[in-house]
Amino acid sequence: MIQARIRKHYPPGRESAAFTLDVDFQAGDSVTVLFGPSGAGKTLTLDAIAGFVRPEQGRILLDDEILFDGAAAVDRSPQQRRCGYVFQNYALFPHMSLRRNLEFAAARSPRLERHRRVNETLERFRLEEVAGRRPHEVSGGQKQRCSIARALMGGPKLLLLDEPARGLDAPLRAELYAVLRQVRADFHIPILLVTHDLEECFELGEHMLILRDGRLVQSGTPRQILEGPATVEVARLLGLYNLLSAQIVSLDPGRNRSSLRVEGFELTGPYFPGRLRGDRVWLYVLPGQLAAVAREGKPGPSQVPARLVAITERPHGVRLEFDGGIAVEMPRDEWEKKKHNKEWLVEFPPHALRVI
Amino acid sequence: MAVDWFPLWLSLRVAAVSTALALGLGLALAWLLARRTFRGREALDAAVTLPLVLPPTVLGYYLLVAFGREAWLGRFYESVFGAPLVFTWQAAVVAALFHSAPLLIKSARAALESVDHSYERAARSLGASEWRVFWRISLPLAQRPVLAATALAFARSLGDFGVTIMIAGNIPGRTQTVAVAIYDAVESGNGALARILVVVTSAVALTILWLANRMSPRQTPA
Repeated sequence: MIQARIRKHYPPGRESAAFTLDVDFQAGDSVTVLFGPSGAGKTLTLDAIAGFVRPEQGRILLDDEILFDGAAAVDRSPQQRRCGYVFQNYALFPHMSLRRNLEFAAARSPRLERHRRVNETLERFRLEEVAGRRPHEVSGGQKQRCSIARALMGGPKLLLLDEPARGLDAPLRAELYAVLRQVRADFHIPILLVTHDLEECFELGEHMLILRDGRLVQSGTPRQILEGPATVEVARLLGLYNLLSAQIVSLDPGRNRSSLRVEGFELTGPYFPGRLRGDRVWLYVLPGQLAAVAREGKPGPSQVPARLVAITERPHGVRLEFDGGIAVEMPRDEWEKKKHNKEWLVEFPPHALRVI
Repeated sequence: MAVDWFPLWLSLRVAAVSTALALGLGLALAWLLARRTFRGREALDAAVTLPLVLPPTVLGYYLLVAFGREAWLGRFYESVFGAPLVFTWQAAVVAALFHSAPLLIKSARAALESVDHSYERAARSLGASEWRVFWRISLPLAQRPVLAATALAFARSLGDFGVTIMIAGNIPGRTQTVAVAIYDAVESGNGALARILVVVTSAVALTILWLANRMSPRQTPA
């Protein structure tokens, strides 16, 4: 279990604006993903936990050990913190073979013990064949496995990974996820992983922390966050939704109905508890939850006439962009049937509408 | 003509000793300047650079005063080694040290600063002490430029004239280094001796520069 409350202020520099990191979270023995745009303070958070940068205030607690406490002037050195760190560039020592890299991490064990543990680790991470080579002589996947293996050699109580999948192609990513799942099953320690790839959050994260401008804006499981972004910023960050500015025109709890006025048209939605008539809200709906149909006669109550402006191929289907910034996703075969349509209606199913 | 090779041997010996001292002192200072933040860091950097820009006679004068028999540094030296420093070959070592160490410190600082922080951070998070981080990670990764700088410092130690003549003097057979001997030969009209020493010294310096160049440019692949 890691508990971290970190505050650090950077005054504006010649080429940088002022920045304040102010986060407070805890994470259990599973994978917790730190998600956010670049410059949100994700890596800085890892560095503060590992002891590479010193916060001004706060408290970092790993299991029952205090790593940092601003008020009590406790600041353990990185050497004492027992945090395994996997760097973005892996930071494998270029002048040592993979085996020596692992031995370096096990320097405290007696010689025979060290030899045995290094061999075991090389085997577990499928590195025996290349153990004698230097980092620049092995493949990207091997480098990555070696850096994770090295971080685990010292028996850390926490594993920190800084964008481990950055720059990897799809097969290597899949391999990385498999390795990390194995690590999670074998080591029972908290794993904190920094990413700005949403898919990675879903692949790995039991828990997700969203950072923006140095602050924690939302936390929860990836599914919870996807289904209920806390703010319009989070919704924008996830980059998945159709986001429309709207006003609530009527609310009917009895029939579980509401109606919303969006620029130029009106939609029917479910009842929104806690909202009042006249509230300005953001309407968010996933492109896959919308339907696009051919226009025949008068539009129905949840249908909006729209002009198709762009078509993008997606791995699982087709994405249609309509004017007004509305995107609709549909499977390929459905698109094949509809592609000769001239005039379109976008259908907003009332139950799919959510507001922030 | 019988050439007295003593000045050349003395210069090589002085350069070897002063380079060894400069390397020890230089690495420690370079590490301090490159990797520690403390008050007065830039002041220390300026102090270390000063000998590079001061006229050698000014530097020699300072050293003469500091190592004089009345000054505390001179008394300290005498109490440790049993004899005063000035006008001995050891004084030539001190002269060469002040002439060459600034160069070595500057280059070693730049070399250590060029080592990617993440290697050192990784080593620390793996439990390595600062001492071990320096010897096993930082220094090996900065090895080539540091070696090149050491070779340059050696070559530079061979060539000091001004500081040497101020504090070691020109005592043939005892403190007369090759640079001083050449001056002496020209002064006394011994052109043949001067020519031989000039050619040999140039050849030695060229060889060292060639070695330094072979060491410096290639980077260790990451």
